[in-house]
Amino acid sequence: MAETYSLEMKRIVKRFGSVLASDHVDFACKPGEIHALLGENGAGKSTIMCMLSGVYRPTSGEIYIHGQKVRIRSPKEAARLGIGMVFQNFRLVQTLTAAENIVLGEKSAFWRGPNWMRRKQEEIAAIAERFGLAFPVDRPIWQLSVGEQQRVEIVKTLYRGAEFIILDEPTSVLTPGEAEQLFATLAQMKAEGKTVILTTHKLKEVMAVADRISVMRKGRMMQTIDRADTNEKALARLMVGKDIAPVARQRDRRPRGDVLLDVRHLDVYAEHGRKALDDLSFQVRAGEIVGVAGVAGNGQKELAEVLSGLLPWKKGSIVFNGKEFKTASVRAAIEAGISHVPENRMKSGLAGSLGAVDNLLAKTYRSPERSKYGFLLTGSNRRWSQQLVERFDVKTPSLDTPVGQLSGGNQQKLLLAREIDRQPLLMVAVHPTQGLDVGAAEGVHRLLNELRGASKSVLLISEDLDEIMQLSDRILVLYNGRIAAEIGREEADRETIGMYMAGLQRAKEEAV
Amino acid sequence: MSERSAAALIGEQETPAAKGRFSFRLEIDPARKESPWWMTIVSVVLALLLCAVFIAANGKNPVEVYGKMLRGAFGSEFGITETLVKAIPLLLCGLGVSIAYRISVWNIGAEGQFVAGAIAATAVTIYFPGLPFYASIPLMIVFAIAAGGIWGALTAIPKTYFQVNELITSLMLNYVALLALDYVVFDPWRDPKGFNFPGTPMFTEAQTLPVLGDTRLHFGLVIALAAVALYAFMIRYTRWGYELRLIGANPEAANHAGINLKRNILIVMIVSGALAGIAGMSEVSGVAHRLMYGISPGYGYTAIIVAWIAKLHPLGLVAASVLFGGLIVGGYSVQTLGLPSSISTMLQGAILFFLIAGNMAAKFRLRRNG
Amino acid sequence: MEWFIQLAVAAIASGTPLLFATLGGILNERSGIIQLGAEGIMLMGAVTACMTYLHTGSFIASLLAVAGVGAALGLLHAFMCVTLRTNQVVSGLAMTLFGSGLSAYLGKSVAGTPIPGSVPKLDLPFLEPLPVIGDIFARLDVLTWFSFALVIVLHLLIHRTSWGLHLRAIGDNPATADVMGIRVQLLKYGYTVAGSMLIGLAGADLLLAYSPTWIEGMTAGRGWIAVALIIFARWNPLRALFCAYFFGVMDTIGFKIQLIGSSIPSYFLKMIPYVVTILVLMYLGWRNRNKPTGAPEALGIPYIREQRF
Repeated sequence: MAETYSLEMKRIVKRFGSVLASDHVDFACKPGEIHALLGENGAGKSTIMCMLSGVYRPTSGEIYIHGQKVRIRSPKEAARLGIGMVFQNFRLVQTLTAAENIVLGEKSAFWRGPNWMRRKQEEIAAIAERFGLAFPVDRPIWQLSVGEQQRVEIVKTLYRGAEFIILDEPTSVLTPGEAEQLFATLAQMKAEGKTVILTTHKLKEVMAVADRISVMRKGRMMQTIDRADTNEKALARLMVGKDIAPVARQRDRRPRGDVLLDVRHLDVYAEHGRKALDDLSFQVRAGEIVGVAGVAGNGQKELAEVLSGLLPWKKGSIVFNGKEFKTASVRAAIEAGISHVPENRMKSGLAGSLGAVDNLLAKTYRSPERSKYGFLLTGSNRRWSQQLVERFDVKTPSLDTPVGQLSGGNQQKLLLAREIDRQPLLMVAVHPTQGLDVGAAEGVHRLLNELRGASKSVLLISEDLDEIMQLSDRILVLYNGRIAAEIGREEADRETIGMYMAGLQRAKEEAV
Repeated sequence: MSERSAAALIGEQETPAAKGRFSFRLEIDPARKESPWWMTIVSVVLALLLCAVFIAANGKNPVEVYGKMLRGAFGSEFGITETLVKAIPLLLCGLGVSIAYRISVWNIGAEGQFVAGAIAATAVTIYFPGLPFYASIPLMIVFAIAAGGIWGALTAIPKTYFQVNELITSLMLNYVALLALDYVVFDPWRDPKGFNFPGTPMFTEAQTLPVLGDTRLHFGLVIALAAVALYAFMIRYTRWGYELRLIGANPEAANHAGINLKRNILIVMIVSGALAGIAGMSEVSGVAHRLMYGISPGYGYTAIIVAWIAKLHPLGLVAASVLFGGLIVGGYSVQTLGLPSSISTMLQGAILFFLIAGNMAAKFRLRRNG
Repeated sequence: MEWFIQLAVAAIASGTPLLFATLGGILNERSGIIQLGAEGIMLMGAVTACMTYLHTGSFIASLLAVAGVGAALGLLHAFMCVTLRTNQVVSGLAMTLFGSGLSAYLGKSVAGTPIPGSVPKLDLPFLEPLPVIGDIFARLDVLTWFSFALVIVLHLLIHRTSWGLHLRAIGDNPATADVMGIRVQLLKYGYTVAGSMLIGLAGADLLLAYSPTWIEGMTAGRGWIAVALIIFARWNPLRALFCAYFFGVMDTIGFKIQLIGSSIPSYFLKMIPYVVTILVLMYLGWRNRNKPTGAPEALGIPYIREQRF
């Protein structure tokens, strides 16, 4: 039986310090199949795939390719063995052209004049066409869309003659339409005898494309099943360990509060003069959670930044709590009661080398409770920090331990403690649960719901459609810097939202 | 050397298991953030050893040379006073650049800011010669602060509004200031009775800083120590100090907290330049008692090392400026052995090299591959 | 036409050391390593050339010695930046301080001694009859011709060869280059060493061809101007040629103005290159405020491979 598998991983163990990331995982796939590796965030899917592609080395366990025992010590060796991986964040050199990126690892041909390059471009274009992967070969990567960049990555693995193609969460950056296209490509690869492995946490995708499915949970391999022998519900149970409770759609239906935030005809330009928000208008009322859905790069980041005063706007108006913002000013936004939970907490939310006290002070150090006449009230600030750390259950060895040494969940709790303690009127939360485990994510959701309960508002910007649908009273779909649709929670379903995310339908919001 | 071991040497952690059971690998230990205190001493010793090679190459006995330097700097009352006199400008300039480095602004223009301060202070003596002590000294300090501050701002403005790297600007301005110094001491301000010596006339009693007792140690020491104490307090306990700490730790987070980065860079550069400017004033008014060619033996550059070796810590700054003051004095004292005084510059560079290397090396740990 | 020829000749003479240093810096920085030690390395190059030449009288031996010293200092910088991952700015500063101190120390015995003879000229008599071109190019020294060749070679290397592709990749995105099987750290070492050799050569050219007497600190900030020139040149060797000559003109223009008999004190005329450097950088910053600078994207960021456990 064993020889039918082209690739086998046996009893793979991987430890990171004291953390057991892979616990005696067995994994095998057959030639010419699409094999889905299913699991929640943090279930250990990526770790397994990184060991296949030579990024990590297993602590113990064996890998066989076509029955031969192999050691994969570097991505180079993985490539030699015919393993190509498309990472979630692409491995592309932004300033080089697509073709240059693809031939980068090629050792032959020292001289690469225009003729050589043209020949290669034709070769690459031919491969791309065969698999239905169109992109401009002679343009630098930074000019390509995210979907095109992914295609470059896939063609790169094909060009290097990969037999096993691993895609790590490939659809997380794609619109539903682009995802369909990708699935067609995968089918073509399968038809040509290649083995495709994709990791994902999306049940629908798995059922749509995979031949066989391996489910992981908490570093363990739960089961490998043929798609024909299972269904979404069974997979979900394997993946989460319990039946997923139907999302609590029932909620108090209170009359909506007054308009808190009124954005009208906003034009915002991002760096290099790209128009990021285009004539954007919407409102947020007191006591509601408004979800903003959309594929990354459609203006979410800029929306959050313009509301928190980080980015100036060219045209339009922002009226908050009855007062109009004249210019972009972070301080004015903070003082008006807008709080911002940034996308990347360690990049822009917290200062990793400072302790809890200094990080908690960041938004309020100017207030009379925290400082007087230009001097910090050191003693009372410490007591206040201690209280916050206890109230929000931040696990830290001391108030002075650099927060960079805390776990991601504790960092996020510290950040939310800071933002919520200020009693903001509006919280702009960007991907607030990114990279958190299920328990920590639930904690964050609870805090957001508590804010709503206290008649505060939340603008929840997230790429996780489930999160948005679970929490929001209303959902705005951003596409190309415009609001493609506004959907009430009752009417919201994935398909419609997906259509809007892809820009396939335009809302009638122009009429509003 | 085989290709593989060469790869290991340069940090391509490629070798492991394949080679054998007992291979080791260097990697950054995430738990170690600070390097141990003795690393500084090790660095200084290693730098001394390296420079010993060059001294020996010059046909001199390194032990004798170092002994002479040590005695020259710390071996007599005169030497100690002289060392402290040199430590004053180092402390002020070092403090100035430390404030800038705290928010990652690479001010290497303390030399120019020092000279600008010295020129401005001297301008008071040239254009308002008759002022009494209580008017002329404060005025000289104010002029020095203004000139140093302007010189600092000239670095900050291109940085904040034109995205010009401050390293280049501040260094170019050093040359401009030094040429301006040459101009005034060779041309308009030259002492007519000075037998062509490139320097201004000697200051009057009313234009010189008081000395402590009958030493050459002047009031600048008090100013410098007060400035350090103020800095230590400011960083720890004031709102502005907090802002600087936050900017230093994560400028992006500071921006999200509503702290105006550009304005802070500008203010910090002005303060940084002003401190170096005061150093320039205290040097002309407290030590040289005139402005002259080559007024600074590279204080502004040595200050960079002082700041770095002190890790921007106030007490460290005091200790490091005394050490490097001693190095400068020691450098002069070995001239009698026929060695150039640039030996101290060489030592300074070597110390900085070993210090940064040592600080990083302390973060590495050896791991068995397995 | 006379003034143009004079200016061109002077610009090439004083621009060539800058050109070498800029090209060396471009190689360093294209591989992602900031090189702020240029001033120190140039000084070491100059003092090495001076001492070797005075001892051996051999032009070739001087160049070899300079190349050796440049390589050693480059190796040191690479060890600091690549292996130890120290702050590249500080490592460069240390290099500058150490280089100026050591060169002053070593050069004490030869300070002020003029170098007899000079760099061999490459006479091209067939150019002689040509107007202008003949006047400028017929009697240049070999180092200048070498710098011309170097510009073209480096341009082709960076944009037309696999090595260049790898160089650009490791400077922009070393992680990707690593995954593609490029020996990132080894190449960084190689380019830092090669670049530092060129910077050392810049010092040698300054001493042997431009002002043939060793004086302490004789580079007078040229190393730093070269650092600025890398930015003007947008990390491109062809542009570096024009930028270096532009600064060659700035370097000599003060002298020319003095010759015409201007009453401006020479001290102010000597400030021109420094002030112009700042002004040009400001102009570029203003003009490119909404554009990428052309700097390698991973410049100054030490590359750490995701640790493989």
